[in-house]
Amino acid sequence: MKLNPEFFPLTQLATRFVDQLTQCRRLGLKVLEASEHHVLIELPYSTELIGYPDTGVIHGGVVTTLMDTACGSAVVCAIFEKFKSLEISPTLDLRVDYMKPAIPNKPVYGFAECYRMTSSVAFTRAIAYQDSIDDPIAHAVGSFMRISPEMVGEEFRQALMGNETKNKGDSA
Amino acid sequence: MSDSVKPAKELDVQGIVKRATELNDFSHLLEHVPYAKFIGMAVERFGDELVFRMPANDNNLGNPVLPAIHGGVIAGFMEMSAIVQLMVFMQTSKVPKIVDFSIDYLRAGYHKDSFAECRITRQGRRVANVSINCWQTNRKQLIATARAHFLIE
Repeated sequence: MKLNPEFFPLTQLATRFVDQLTQCRRLGLKVLEASEHHVLIELPYSTELIGYPDTGVIHGGVVTTLMDTACGSAVVCAIFEKFKSLEISPTLDLRVDYMKPAIPNKPVYGFAECYRMTSSVAFTRAIAYQDSIDDPIAHAVGSFMRISPEMVGEEFRQALMGNETKNKGDSA
Repeated sequence: MSDSVKPAKELDVQGIVKRATELNDFSHLLEHVPYAKFIGMAVERFGDELVFRMPANDNNLGNPVLPAIHGGVIAGFMEMSAIVQLMVFMQTSKVPKIVDFSIDYLRAGYHKDSFAECRITRQGRRVANVSINCWQTNRKQLIATARAHFLIE
């Protein structure tokens, strides 16, 4: 898969965010791209994740976790770009429609965008696919609650900022 | 690193359910599904009711600072609960296939045991509708509620 992380300046931020989530490390989720408009995450195949033992197809819950993570990261990136601040938004609701099973032994990609933001809610949508985004496995829509940046906590903020310790946006 | 999987032989869902019912041990059902082991879920039967349990597990955390269970894991736990509920009470011959899943998060899921129960709202010939509730300390204070459609054959 061809990547251009240098075109997508928020890839590092989204990577640090996803790496903070224990379950995402267990799943081996990897952020391939992130910008203020979108996030693209790879989920590698593993036999541990099988939900349908006779076919080797992964469990729907894994796809839901991928979608939730991708949408949540898209919100973090959109808020960071717009307000220069860090907010961790809890999921309010998430709906996933499954079009077809994921083919075993191949990674699944989750592409999410935060398409609208209000003062209290962020709206997202996402697509999960394998070979082509035009041939999706699943579609998702989710809304996320916005909470104040002070709720993030110093430890988490530092983990997210990595080396870019100067968070200009603190006063914003 | 693709650990290749040979599709196992056809899973005898009815046979497994029958055996679980006879032994009154439904954990037996979950042993066939790697993902159920991955999140560490269990099930117990109380009369005609199944109650699903997901013990606190560091691997299931999302936000480690709070700490809170990853929302996707809660969804996966509830989806798997609905699948088992359908297999046991509708005697499906195959593992039901998920069509859609919609979850509302009502409270943060903290780092402790979670429970779920399911209600089959409607069972048609091809599709079943299931609603699922999930709680931690108090059954009346749900942390999430969900509904899902499954294809059954």
